[in-house]
This record gives sequence, C-alpha cells and structure tokens, in this order.
Amino acid sequence: MSQDSVWEQILDYSSRADPFPLYAELRRTPVVRAQDGSYVVSTFQEIVALLGDPRLSSDPHNLPGYDAEAPAQASGEGPPGLPPSVIFIDPPEHDRIRRLLTRNFGPPHRPGRIDGMIPDLLEIVTSLIDDFAGKDRSGTRRVDIVDDFAYPFPVTVICRLLGVPREDEPRFHAWSEALIEAGDPTTGEFAERQRRRSTANADIGQYFARLLDARGEPGDDLLSGLVSGDGPEAPMPLKEVLANAALLLVAGHETTVNLIANGMLTLLRHPEVLDRLRRGDEPDLAVRVVEELLRYEPPVQFLENRFTLDDIEVAGTIIPRGSRVNLVLAAGSRDPADVPDPDRFDPDREHNEHLGFGGGIHYCFGAPLARPEAQIALTELARRLENPRLVADPPRYRPNPVLRGPRHLLVEFDGISPTRPASKRPTTLG
Amino acid sequence: MKVVVDLTRCQGYAQCAFAAPDVFTIQGDEALLYDPAPDDAQREKIVRAAAACPVQAIALERYDRFGREEVRRPHQPPEAVAHAAAVSPEEAFKRNGRIVIVGASLAGLQAGRTLRRDGFTGSLTVIGDEPYPPYDRPPLSKQVLIGQASARATALPRRDEIDAHWRLGVPATGLDLRGKHVLLADGQTVGFDRLLIATGLRARPWPNEAEARLDGMFTVRTPDDVEGLRQALTAGPGRVLVIGAGFTGCEVASACRELDLAVTVVDRGPAPLTGALGAVIGGVAAEMMRGHGVDLRCGVQVAALEGDGDGRLRRARLSDGSTLDVDVAVAALGSIRNVEWLEGSGLAAGVWGVGCDAGCRAFDLNGVVTDDVFVAGDVARSPHPVYGYQFLALEHWGNAVAQAEIAAHNMISAQSERWPHLALPEFWSTQFGTEIKSVGVPTYADHVVIAQGSVVERRFVAVYGYRGRITAAVAFNQAKWLEFYERLIDRAAPFPPSFRTVDEPADRRPVAAEVPDGPTPQATVVVTGHRPSERRATLVRKTYL
Repeated sequence: MSQDSVWEQILDYSSRADPFPLYAELRRTPVVRAQDGSYVVSTFQEIVALLGDPRLSSDPHNLPGYDAEAPAQASGEGPPGLPPSVIFIDPPEHDRIRRLLTRNFGPPHRPGRIDGMIPDLLEIVTSLIDDFAGKDRSGTRRVDIVDDFAYPFPVTVICRLLGVPREDEPRFHAWSEALIEAGDPTTGEFAERQRRRSTANADIGQYFARLLDARGEPGDDLLSGLVSGDGPEAPMPLKEVLANAALLLVAGHETTVNLIANGMLTLLRHPEVLDRLRRGDEPDLAVRVVEELLRYEPPVQFLENRFTLDDIEVAGTIIPRGSRVNLVLAAGSRDPADVPDPDRFDPDREHNEHLGFGGGIHYCFGAPLARPEAQIALTELARRLENPRLVADPPRYRPNPVLRGPRHLLVEFDGISPTRPASKRPTTLG
Repeated sequence: MKVVVDLTRCQGYAQCAFAAPDVFTIQGDEALLYDPAPDDAQREKIVRAAAACPVQAIALERYDRFGREEVRRPHQPPEAVAHAAAVSPEEAFKRNGRIVIVGASLAGLQAGRTLRRDGFTGSLTVIGDEPYPPYDRPPLSKQVLIGQASARATALPRRDEIDAHWRLGVPATGLDLRGKHVLLADGQTVGFDRLLIATGLRARPWPNEAEARLDGMFTVRTPDDVEGLRQALTAGPGRVLVIGAGFTGCEVASACRELDLAVTVVDRGPAPLTGALGAVIGGVAAEMMRGHGVDLRCGVQVAALEGDGDGRLRRARLSDGSTLDVDVAVAALGSIRNVEWLEGSGLAAGVWGVGCDAGCRAFDLNGVVTDDVFVAGDVARSPHPVYGYQFLALEHWGNAVAQAEIAAHNMISAQSERWPHLALPEFWSTQFGTEIKSVGVPTYADHVVIAQGSVVERRFVAVYGYRGRITAAVAFNQAKWLEFYERLIDRAAPFPPSFRTVDEPADRRPVAAEVPDGPTPQATVVVTGHRPSERRATLVRKTYL
C-alpha cells in the first residue's frame, strides 16, 4: 500500500487534534484489517455486540505466538513480576477480582463510598482553583488547565481512595508515563508493548509492596480493604492486590485528566453551554454535559486488547480466530446510524447511550468516580473563571491516540470568582 | 418523585447504586432493587443515577432544564380544518378520533404515551377496574414485601402526559363491536372508533372458597394484596406457606427469608420454576432456595387448609400426609386472563387470552382479523415466527411495554406503515440475591446446556435448543452476556453451541431440558385458545355457486 490506510492516518500524530473526520471515513467499512494484522471495528452496533460477545477474550495469551514465557520483572531489583490486572483477564478470574475490588469500592458492600467522597472532591477542586489566582504569568492571568488542574485533581483523589501519600506522586509519575506509553500503539508492536507494560506495572507494584510493608494498621482505604478484607473470596492475594492497585492508580488519573481537559476545551468552543453552566440555574446541566462529553470527546478513544477465541462474523466480515481486535469507542459513539446529529455537542440529548466507558463485563471500573469528578471540576471552572478564553485552538495534544487529550490547555481569564459559601452549596454539585 | 427501571434492559452495571445509594441498591452480584417513590430530596442524585445508566433503563418524571417538573399542556383537539377534503382518513382519525383503552395498566399507559407521542390529538379514555392509576407490579413481590418501598408507591411516572379521561374503579363488562362501544359495570357505555384491549391477568385464587377466605390466606397481584401480606409478614408469623413455586412464589419465599421468616414452599412439580425454565434449571433454583433456608417440598400438593374457630389459618395438610403449622399462606398458582367481559363479543377470546395478529389486531372467533380492535400486554396472544408461529401469550413486563407501543402505533398508522410485534420474549426475576434473566422461550426446547460459567456458583448462562437450533437462554447473575444469545436465537443459530467462549464449563454436554409441555410439532393457529378438537369457529354463511 503506497498510502497509509485510514486507520494508520488516525494513529498518526498529525490527526490527534481532530480524528473525527477520519473516524467517519473509517465507519464506512465497519471492519477493517490494520497493517499490523489486527482488526478495527468502528460502528456503534458492532462495537456494542462485540463488547458483550463471549467469543472475545481480553487475555492476550489467546493471541498465537504471544510471548507469555517471559514473566515481567521490575526494572530494578525486587520480586518477580505480577499477574495481569483485571483488564487483561477473562471470567471466571476476572469476575472474582472485580467482585473483590468492588467490595471495597461500591455496592453492595460499600454503597455510599463514592457518594461520600463528593464533599472531598469539591474541596480539592476549590483549593486548586483558588491557587489559579496566584499563577499570574507574563502579565496576564493565565492557567494551564492540564498541569494546574486536570492532572493534580484526580491524582489527589485516587491517592486518597487508595491510601497513597500524595507527595509520592513524582515517584510513580515516571512509571505511570511508561505504562501509558506502552499503551500507545505507535510506539511498538503489541506483544513488545505488553512486556513494557508488565515491567512498568511491576515497578508500581514494588512501590505498593513497600508502601504496604511500611504501613501499620490497615486504614479505611481501598488497598487496606483488599489486603485485610472480609467476605467469602477475601482477602485478595498480595500479588493481585499489587497488580490491580497499579492499574487503579494509573487508570484513575490518566483518563480523568483527559475527560476534564477535553471537557473544558469543548466548553470553551461552545460558549453558550459554558454560559449556561456558569449561570448555574439548571441543576442537571453538569450531569448532561459530562455524559455528552463521554460521547463526543471520550477520554479513551479505543480498546486494543480483545482477542477472538473463534471465528466471529461482524457486519459480514469474518474475523478469524486468534486475531486482535480494536474497538473504536470514539467512532462508535458518533455513528450517525445510531446517534442523531452525532457531530453536534448537545447536552440536551434525550437519550444518550454512549460508549465512553466501554461496555460488558469490562465496563470502566472507575466510571462512578470519574463522573462526579468531571461534573464538579467543570461546574467549578465554569462558575469561577471570569471570561475564560483559549490561548491556542487547537491546543498541543499528548502523543497517545488511545488516551487522547491536550498536553497543555492554556486558558486566559480576567479573574477568579470566590467560591460560594458552603451554606449556599446544595448537597453535591448544584 | 417516581422512578421506574426497565429491568429487561438493565444489565446490572450498578452505576445508579453508586450515584444514589439510598434509592438504588444491589443485592448479590447484580440484582437491582429500588425505591419507586423516593423523597424529592433525592432528586439530584437520582438524576445523576439515571444519566449514568449505561443502557439508559431508568425513567423518571420529566423535568425541564431548570429542574421543574414539566407540566405538559393538555392536548386540545385542533380546530376544524377548513379544507377537510385534503385530509386523509388516517390523518383525520389522528386529529379527531376516539380511542378507548380498556386496562389502566403498564400496557395501557405505554399505549397512551405512544399515541400522544406519535401525534394522536383525539379523545382518549382509559378504563380500569382497579381504583388506582397505572402502577408497576414487579416491585410488589420484591422491594415492597421486604419493606424497601410502600405498596402504594409503585404508581408509574409520566401518566399525566397522556391527557386521558380516566375511568378508574369501573370494570368493563361487555363489548359491542357492532355498536362500537364498551359497556361498564355502572351501566354506562363508552363509544370508540378504535379500541385497545389491555385487561391483563388476575391472580388465580385458592380453589377451595371456604379455605381461601381464611384469615392469613393471600394472593399476590395488586397493591392491596401485597399491603395485606406485608402486614401479615411484619407481624412475625411462625411459618409462611407458599403454594406454588413459580416466579411469584419463589420471590415471596425470597422476601420471607430476607425477613428471617421460616417458609415452606410446596409445588406439585419436580422443581421450582419448572413451568418457565424446565426442571434442569429448576433444579438449580431448588438448590439456591434450600441454600437460603427455604423448606422446599416438590412433588407435593396442599390437600387442605385448616383454620381455628375464629377463621384464622392454622394448619396445612399436604398430599404426602404430613401437616404444617402455618399462620400465613400465599397461593401463587399463576393467573387467569381477564377475558370474561369479552364473552359474546365475537372476538377470539378464551382462557389463553385474546388472539391477535402480529400487528396486535384482534381476531374474531372465526379467525377473521378486525380493523378497529387491538390487543396488547398479558392478555394478548399473537403468533411468533421464531416459535413456529405458535400463538404466545407472554406475561412479561417488557412484552407489555413493547407490544403496547406497537399496538398504539398501528392504531394510528396507515396499513403500509404498521409494525409487527416480533421481539423475542424476555423476563427477569430477582430472588435470593440472584438476578435471573431469560430471553426466548425456554420451554420451547428439547435440550439445555450450560454454555458459560458455573452452576455451583450460580453464575452461568444456560442455552436451550429445539431440534438443533437455539431457542432460549437463561442467565443467573450473568446478564451482560444475554444480548449475545438473543442474537443467536434471532438467527436460529445451531444447537448445541460449538464456538469457544470465555468461562467455558468443563462439561458442555446438553441434557434433556425437562420442560413441562413440549412444543406443538406443527404450527397450530388456534385463535380462540381452545384445542383444535374443540372447533369453536362457526360457519356463519354458506356459499353457493
């Protein structure tokens, strides 16, 4: 092929700022075979079907020739590698791990945990925005929504949830970057990237192992719950705790940062919605804005770890057994066959059934936390930044085509409004 | 405010229970229970819960952008159009016609909403025998019995939208097709241009009338039934007897165990749920019940119920000679279709329901389809192409909604724009912390196989087959896989499934399904719901050359 196919063009950095016209082109052929031999599925119905198709595994060991023999070692000295995290395994193991994680995260055993964190979320957001006033650079009031807000906010939240000291962030930041890069298909071939991923995971796992060693009595955090938890399947074996803690730590902030940054960018491009959010007289607007963002500018553009256990016919094409499949969630959520006027950002949609968090048994574990995080973050930004405007549009993007979002989002503003007194704040977001 | 969850759509993602934990609760892995009438103070969280549902299965009252309850302006019939000649008959009917819905039920309300949504501005009358506006039944045997919600609180949301003339508490007693009116118990008549029959079912009472009158005897169908039973359960009975181990009986038993009450379930069949799922999967349900402390007795019947001098239920004698001291008994014997009011109407109404075509148009006794009478919900029987065009009557929540929508659409559509009701049957039951979901017709089967998961853990998908094709699938706590099997049923995929999947059990050998009545080998179009040998059709006019 002399010219790159649509899929390769999408992966190319030059289309990072606006891949959506290419997604539209991609959808014209619901199933295409990529240059690396994997298959790419981009239409809504087909993606929904595959997310619930038990012939599709999430375990890369089902890929012929996948090098499973080299157990991942941490890059330094230390214990041998960790088992794969919950996103790379199938039932029944997947279901067991997910149940154990959920037991310490949400219903039925900890139903109020996330709801109870909402005052904390607002407090963190408030203090980050308060700090903007002190970031007066080059004579004008300017802030980087990514570095000064969208990144530190979810990191602080996930640290509190897991029981990780916030000041350790610089230590795990590099591993987190390595893990993210391993998930970037432009950086290497899948199996090689999986090895890098395992190594980075093992590094973070080692950090967690030392952290747990150093801690005394278990606290009320999620990690403590996993290690000392009750229930018929508890406690979770230590290696599984370490592997999945690493996943939660990284997934817990590398995705939300994009949701918030993409969200603020989208709002600044749609000033009428930003205005409505700022006025604050529509109590449900933030909720609808975030759902629409998950459809329109999702933080995870596609899933690349699905493997066929059998031949699967998709929209008239047979994907043979032993293939790797990419599910392009961001393209599916804008499929005009299922979404009216899909390229319009419209928080007033009646029925918004998007693929922003995937679907099926691997539906995003952190979704119940990411939603209120984004709702609160965007509401407070809209209310408190006076006359915000983009410094550059499009902004500079991160290289990663999967976790797509701006690297920086510079916003100028005239001032910072004070936060509302606590007594005037409704229970949560309003 | 009012909340209703379409549990046919729900796949147990639990996002609602994270967002509004005081309103939505999860039992076990994925069984959702919710408060159908939560406090208005919860509104903001509930809105977040509804928005977060990945399959958009939660319906609320409508609110405008500013959080105010939306009040829909009543539909005014448009003023007479000057150039009436330009209007097609269908369009004229849509503007000024008269539609009567008999049955103030889930199906009746859904039909009304569809009519208004699709532009029907004529007069709409809804007739209901119960004094209550349309309410949701599934919570009655679940949330309400365990005290999570009140029996009076299951009214369905958005009923004001349909701008109907409600005739509640007045049963329909007859139908005059020639005169096109419905007769009411109070002697009045209500004329119609088109009629929708959605009269549903009622609980089958305990057959011995004297025993049925004993204090402590209950059936479970209406809010009144459940209110009484709830009070009896709250009084702390020594033992509850549940007669019949269908879904209702099993759910009542589950509620009793949740309330820590001793409960005995008696069923004459080989296992619980046999009538719906066959005895193989019924056997799994039996293990589950016993594991939760239910005294389950299969292959046994209740021979007699005995009261004390004050007419209070005291004892049950069983067909195996044993006796049980019980204070409360629930007759969960299935249901009777509300068709008596149609006797003599000329419609194909019988014990199995009212026969209609795939477009929900009622048949008359002779199998001639009517133009202006439609049927939907539990009382309707219609042919299903996936099941040999047998006339199926489906007592499922999802069917009531889907069929009502199609009936309503067809009532106001020209012939070429009518839709067929072909959706596969689906239902669910929440019991013993387990979500049981089914798609297809499990009793239309000769074999069943565990396709995924573990029966021992009660997390599995069972696939049913008939003559080498897949006809149904039942999931215990594995709802997220069911749509996949639904597509296989739709495509008549081969049985047993031979493809590889995640979580394959070691043994994937099919066994005999042990369903009660095998499918009729040939398609039998029995519109009246009587056996062909009874031949109810009458020859009304001889033809001569």
